[in-house]
Amino acid sequence: MSHWPILPILLPLFAGALLLILPSHERLKRGLSLLATLALLPLSLYLLQLADDGQLRVYALGDWQPPFGIVLLLDRLSAWLLLATAVLAVAALLYALRGDDRLGPRFHALFQFQLLGINGAFLTGDLFNLFVFFEILLIASYALLLHGQGAERVRAGLHYVVLNLTGSALFLIALGMVYGASGTLNMADLSARVAQASGDQVPLLAAAGLLLLLVFALKAALLPLYFWLPRAYAAASAPVAALFAIMTKVGIYAILRLATLMFGAGAGELADLTQAWLWPLALATVALGAVGALAARSLQMLLAYLVVVSAGTLLAAVAIGTPQAHAAALYYLLHSTWVVGGLFLLADLIARQRGDKAGALVQGPALENPGLLGGLFFLGAIAVVGLPPLSGFLGKLLLLQALPSPALWGVLLLGGFAVLVALSRAGSTLFWRIGLSSLDSAELDPGRLCACLLLLACALLLVLLAAPLLDYAQAAAAQLHDLPLYRSIIVEAAP
Amino acid sequence: MEALFAVTLGVLSASGVYLLLRGRTFPVVLGLTLLSYAVNLFLFAMGRLSGDVAVIGQSANPADPLPQALVLTAIVIGFAMTAFVVILALRGLAELGNDHVDGRPDEQPHSPADGGRAL
Repeated sequence: MSHWPILPILLPLFAGALLLILPSHERLKRGLSLLATLALLPLSLYLLQLADDGQLRVYALGDWQPPFGIVLLLDRLSAWLLLATAVLAVAALLYALRGDDRLGPRFHALFQFQLLGINGAFLTGDLFNLFVFFEILLIASYALLLHGQGAERVRAGLHYVVLNLTGSALFLIALGMVYGASGTLNMADLSARVAQASGDQVPLLAAAGLLLLLVFALKAALLPLYFWLPRAYAAASAPVAALFAIMTKVGIYAILRLATLMFGAGAGELADLTQAWLWPLALATVALGAVGALAARSLQMLLAYLVVVSAGTLLAAVAIGTPQAHAAALYYLLHSTWVVGGLFLLADLIARQRGDKAGALVQGPALENPGLLGGLFFLGAIAVVGLPPLSGFLGKLLLLQALPSPALWGVLLLGGFAVLVALSRAGSTLFWRIGLSSLDSAELDPGRLCACLLLLACALLLVLLAAPLLDYAQAAAAQLHDLPLYRSIIVEAAP
Repeated sequence: MEALFAVTLGVLSASGVYLLLRGRTFPVVLGLTLLSYAVNLFLFAMGRLSGDVAVIGQSANPADPLPQALVLTAIVIGFAMTAFVVILALRGLAELGNDHVDGRPDEQPHSPADGGRAL
């Protein structure tokens, strides 16, 4: 048993713990935090390559074999999401190191714990353990959201915390029902038992599965449950908002596991339990998210609605349920995480040059670097809307190809068009409807610019590396649909 | 036993949800607490209510120890979260000047017409 799969959890855990007990020496803390986050990058690349042989790497904690102990499970999907997290985290941290981390104490420790929770949620193969990692990432995110303080953050934070605590309560109820009805919490084992469920078990498991869907949909920002998101993301400080771009993806990842492994096509009487709900809700999320983007009054709010739109798009792809659609979703997931993260950073760079107007979409002072920031905004907007030649186009194209009937293209395309209109309007307000003089106080920080460039450059990189990435995404999606492979980890372990 | 347990859970969750939907932070926090009690009891019941001590050899019919371990974890996490939300509510009171969950001043019909806050 190789120990590699647990490193993405241990590394931020120890770094975060050290950051808590070390004396508050700023350079030391920044160095340690940066080192730990940078180390995730080669680590996730190595795990990506390790998982590419198509085998499942099961890491039994405490050497308790599944289904009795908690296992970590590294497959192509987990490795893919670890990479998405690592790149985003490096950029967000680089940005924060230029001053945002000073806004409140313990930023770096919280940042590491947040990474611990996210990586753990992607790696675990046990439902209760997933709950624990969700709580870790949530409590770190509560504190990070409030980082920098201010009334608006407290107001948004209160809603976010109360909603997520209620979500946690429902999660526990669902787990209780799963355990009561099937006697297991291991995802692979549950997959096999759901398939054999009969009689009284079926409605109980169906209720538990739908409750789980509800909880994950709250994290993923699906239609009736996304109202907390725009305010929270718009209020968060820039590096935190950028890092939060991966948070909805944790929910989407969990729904993907639910819709393939546990209640997917191979689930016997409960096959495709979630599909009927996901389809209409995901498309409605795209539509309402686009309306929200059109109505947004600040750039940050607009970007927060883009997160909602991308979540809806991804969940629609999850709901289609074919390996082709899932491969497209995985590619689109990388794109939307990185580009939207980059746009959050860019929005902060723009806001810093507009004095007290900040990100509000009203006439403001001229920017110090209109060409550079405007160009970046243009590139980012093209990528996120899905116009050629950047990554969004490729992602959307793959998704449209995977749709079962062309009649459904309308929602995605109209949604994309609305976002295009919203972004053009925001861009022309920010860069063209301006006063004559710029504020002298605002200097463009090269470090912040680099962090933002790193993420926006991913839009280009994703196109250049599209062939190998797509091969990988297709292999990952095919692996997801290979249920016997996942179920075999239980059989192998039995004495 | 089962009926009593079920009724208790129902009353706890109903009260919790009711309080959760109130407009002030204090009832909301209480509602979250009640809801988490109900959830913990529910998890506990998943190991069946009939078993004895969960030690092999002590009794012929040991209870399932796993739900007990789960409940312990859930209690610890729930406690920490409640503490956090209490602090956050106090912070909201300080920053926003009132204890409404939306941070709005009072909008009660009885408040004075000049917009002054009730209480």
